[in-house]
Amino acid sequence: MTFQEIAAIIIVLSPGIAAAIAGLGQRFLGDKGSMAITTVLVVSAAVLAGLLFFGQVFGHHPEGGAHAHTIVLSRWFDVGTFVVDWAIRLDSLSITMLFVVTSVSALVHVYSIGYMADDPHRARFFAYLSLFTFAMLMLVTADNFIQLFFGWEGVGLASYLLIGFWYKKPSANDAAIKAFVVNRVGDFGFALGIMALVYMIQPFAGVDYAAMGIHHFSSVGFDTVFNVIVNNAPVLVGGSGAPVAIQDVAFDFLGIHVWGLEVAGVLLFIGAMGKSAQFFLHTWLPDAMEGPTPVSALIHAATMVTAGVFLVCRCSYIYEHTVVAANMITIIGAVTCFFAATVGLAQNDIKRVVAYSTCSQLGYMFFAAGVGAYEAAMFHLFTHAFFKALLFLSAGSVIHGMHHEQDMRNMGGLRKKMPLTWAMMLIGTLALTGVGIPAVDGLHLGFAGFFSKDAIIESAFASHDAYAPLAFWLSIGAAFLTSFYSWRLMFMTFEGKTRADHHTYDHAHDPPMVMAVPLILLSVGAVLAGLVFYDAMVDHHEAAFWGSAIYNAPDNHVLHERHEVPLWVLLAPAICWISGLIFAVIFYLLAPQIPRKMARNGGPMHSFLSHKWYFDEIYKFVFVKGTALLGDLFWKIGDKKIIDGLGPDGMTGLTKASAGGLSKLHTGYIFHYAFVVLISAVIFVAFVMFGQGR
Amino acid sequence: MDFLADINNAIPEAALAGFGLVGLLLGAIGGDRTAGLIRLLAAVALVAASVLTAYQFQHPGAADGIAAFASATSPDGLYRVTMFTLFAKTVTYALAALALLMSGGFLKTSQMERYEYPLLIVFGSLGAGLMLSANDLMTLYVGIETLSLSSYVLAAFRRDSLKSAEAGLKYFVLGALASGLLLYGSSLIYGFTGGTAYAVIAAAPISVGLTFGLVFVVCGLSFKASAAPFHIWTPDVYEGAPAPVVAFFSTAPKIAAVALLAHVMFVTFGPHEEAWRQIISIISAASMLIGAFGALMQNSIKRILAYSSISNVGFALIGVAAGVGNGAASVLVYMTLYVIATLGMFGGVLALRRGGRAIDNVSDLNGLVKQKPGMALGLLVLIFSVAGIPPAAGFWGKLQVFQAGLQADMTWLVLVGALSSVVSLGYYLRLVWAMFMKPSAGELDKTDISIGIIVLVTSLLMFPILTVTIQMLLETAARASGG
Repeated sequence: MTFQEIAAIIIVLSPGIAAAIAGLGQRFLGDKGSMAITTVLVVSAAVLAGLLFFGQVFGHHPEGGAHAHTIVLSRWFDVGTFVVDWAIRLDSLSITMLFVVTSVSALVHVYSIGYMADDPHRARFFAYLSLFTFAMLMLVTADNFIQLFFGWEGVGLASYLLIGFWYKKPSANDAAIKAFVVNRVGDFGFALGIMALVYMIQPFAGVDYAAMGIHHFSSVGFDTVFNVIVNNAPVLVGGSGAPVAIQDVAFDFLGIHVWGLEVAGVLLFIGAMGKSAQFFLHTWLPDAMEGPTPVSALIHAATMVTAGVFLVCRCSYIYEHTVVAANMITIIGAVTCFFAATVGLAQNDIKRVVAYSTCSQLGYMFFAAGVGAYEAAMFHLFTHAFFKALLFLSAGSVIHGMHHEQDMRNMGGLRKKMPLTWAMMLIGTLALTGVGIPAVDGLHLGFAGFFSKDAIIESAFASHDAYAPLAFWLSIGAAFLTSFYSWRLMFMTFEGKTRADHHTYDHAHDPPMVMAVPLILLSVGAVLAGLVFYDAMVDHHEAAFWGSAIYNAPDNHVLHERHEVPLWVLLAPAICWISGLIFAVIFYLLAPQIPRKMARNGGPMHSFLSHKWYFDEIYKFVFVKGTALLGDLFWKIGDKKIIDGLGPDGMTGLTKASAGGLSKLHTGYIFHYAFVVLISAVIFVAFVMFGQGR
Repeated sequence: MDFLADINNAIPEAALAGFGLVGLLLGAIGGDRTAGLIRLLAAVALVAASVLTAYQFQHPGAADGIAAFASATSPDGLYRVTMFTLFAKTVTYALAALALLMSGGFLKTSQMERYEYPLLIVFGSLGAGLMLSANDLMTLYVGIETLSLSSYVLAAFRRDSLKSAEAGLKYFVLGALASGLLLYGSSLIYGFTGGTAYAVIAAAPISVGLTFGLVFVVCGLSFKASAAPFHIWTPDVYEGAPAPVVAFFSTAPKIAAVALLAHVMFVTFGPHEEAWRQIISIISAASMLIGAFGALMQNSIKRILAYSSISNVGFALIGVAAGVGNGAASVLVYMTLYVIATLGMFGGVLALRRGGRAIDNVSDLNGLVKQKPGMALGLLVLIFSVAGIPPAAGFWGKLQVFQAGLQADMTWLVLVGALSSVVSLGYYLRLVWAMFMKPSAGELDKTDISIGIIVLVTSLLMFPILTVTIQMLLETAARASGG
């Protein structure tokens, strides 16, 4: 085994071991022991993952950086063509994710030692955090859809447990259930997508699959599925009939003639929509902020919510051969990025602003993937993880310093009280809004978000996809809004005269060292992640770096064509963030009475935004109330009246009545008994005579 | 025919009769002081009879189908041993012995320790053996009356108890009525076929008179087996009679009566199957339903037992209705499993006492598991077996009769059976509920060791670990039915 393989196994398994030890043995270990064990194991995993990642980017492997291979740990299923391994697939995609997940997770572990210092259930918290990390690593290292689904559900579980960590708060419980239920909708689509693949991809005996690089045919294995699609290999749909080339597979569904790959692609994307809180399925993410802030940073900003993006990039082999599914990704992503940004304008809870910002940024990643720039999507995922975790943890330290005050209307003037937090938040904001120097050759400088976001916007412009222009314009608008609400957050929290009560304000303070160090490390990432990895991930060396992990169709040159966009496209994002900043300065520094008046007057626009486009209300009316109504109908009429009435209740009534009647037969009088015996004999005789007479 | 050879075929019954007479002499001389001794000896005699029958069963060459005691009217012999009846007799004698053994404690505490008691059981068992071995309606009648007369006395054995006396009287009067029906039927048959021997009846062509006689005979036999609608005496008699007598009634004579009904249908009226099949299936269905529904509203454990036995006779009759080829083995399997489980279950329940008084209400079982966890667990297995819940052994019995019913295309009867199984769970589970879920109803007296042993042994037999025994039972029953 090479160093790479050993390291990968340790990285994946150590958080799992940590979770098991801390989760099962917290009584013996105590709080300190559990915290120490989980943190040490996850930090060491992060160090190893860092080595792997930097080796992958800068190293010179004889096979090249793109060399992908799979470590099989053991077999899970082996039923016909349904062959599933527990495996670790190592390629640039998974190694990038390994690094992102473990490093953010390690920093969040350390940060939580400070943040959760007063919580009586710290051991449980850390066990959940490690469990989440383990599940996420299983997800990103899967070499088949089933292990991916395992990790997918695992992170969903951990997310549920952590959102509801303060289970005594009813709102936390509600939020946890909401997250779980909304994710179920998406997961339903995901599972159906996997089933669609299994249904379609069945081997045909006359085809030499080994020649396509498929050594062991498995309907859910990435190697098999992707190689079959790329080679347009013939398959037996449903395991019978004549073989059909996979890209020509079509079947009738609900009377509609559909292409097989489109169906699978759309269904898989519905799964991604749920996990990544995209438009229609986004409602759970803002509520998930009920969980402790480190959780929001780790799960609901940096890692879990990006699993959907990872899935789409992993399935680039599928989406490069679809039109409808890819367009759907573009539209949903673009709409989400704009929609979430507008809602972010009117939120007053500091965490919710950041949450909607996350939602919006995920939209960027999705439409990037939709227009074919998977590399740009992954690059933005990578940089976003650092600056969004930084923003969340900074928000956490504001909340920590303000004694769990989250409403920005009760803040202000905190810059003097917590200068370090302010500095960190500022770096996060600069990275998020994409501050940098565009359009000047040789002076390509900027914060992380500048590189990745601009790459996405340029790709959207350069793409020839039908809906790419929509995505481009919406993303330009969103960039402006992002800048506005980010600076609004900065100004409302840190500038001006304080609106906090003086007791809280006097005691506001910067976080302790154990929380500050992760912030500083993340800020390094937020500053440098774009500059350092731009070249490898989306520029000159991207093909060598991603290799076979991401597939681009032969006619997909988005990443190259984006260099040939007109100058105004390059300048547009910069103009956006500058104008957003200017508006924020006017509204929140120079004339703070304007927005206050707007909020008080509560115009239709304001209430539309502060009610998040009325999504929760519509969903409540249609789904919750509708389901309740339907349930009521089935319960009161269907079940109680019809089923119970005719079934159990009617039966028991009949049974009791007949039992009572039978009891009455037993009068105790001997002549009654004798009568029964004789009359029965007579009846039998009559019966037999009648029967024989026929 | 050589008298010694004849007696050889009837050796178990001869032994019982001999012991009965000797015991009577002993009791007459020694009085009630010898009651304990006689009880022990009677049990030994019954076990010996059971072993002898089993020996005959194991050596079929010497016994199978051999008739004995030929007479002028019955050239084929008045007495005949077949594999089917040997099997039934073995179980009957063994269960009578067990029922006798476990009654000791009860008899002592309720001042019923008299020497007549074991002797009546011996004579009753002798009657059961005789009626099973009959090859002629006359022998059949003598056997039935021997059993019935002993039973009447046993039901009224607690003379000073009004209820017991009433039970005895009711049983006697109604029993006499049933005997009348049986005799009337027999005389009709004699009149229309010219003989009382089974072989003569079987050979006779079907006629209105024969059918009439057949129906009356079925009515009389159904009364003995307490099959509906001739079950009407059962709940009252069971409620009034002393507990050990009820345990005896519901086991040894029960399997004998059902086996007899099956035997008479299969052998005597074998060629006239069309004439009795409908009747038997109606009786079967009525018994299952009445047994299942009737017990639901009862609070007395003895009455519940009565209905349970009515219902279970109905299940066994599915096997009879299915005909000799399909159902003979299933009848034996079903009844054997049922009587073993019943002996343990109701023997155990009825032996429980509180403050010296036998319990008889379902609520008296409340919280049994806290006081006697072993007993409660054993009873649980037994109740499950009687109710036919897998994996307890009773399930296999039910499966057998249902399969027989399906093979004979009597799906409706099997459906009725399934329905009544479900309904009867209503009262079986009520017992379980009382034992395991209710708070305790007060301190119970110490139980007799013999009861403990019976419950342990029977529940072990009914426990699914011993599926080997089930397999053995199935094979043996199949052999008994000529399979």
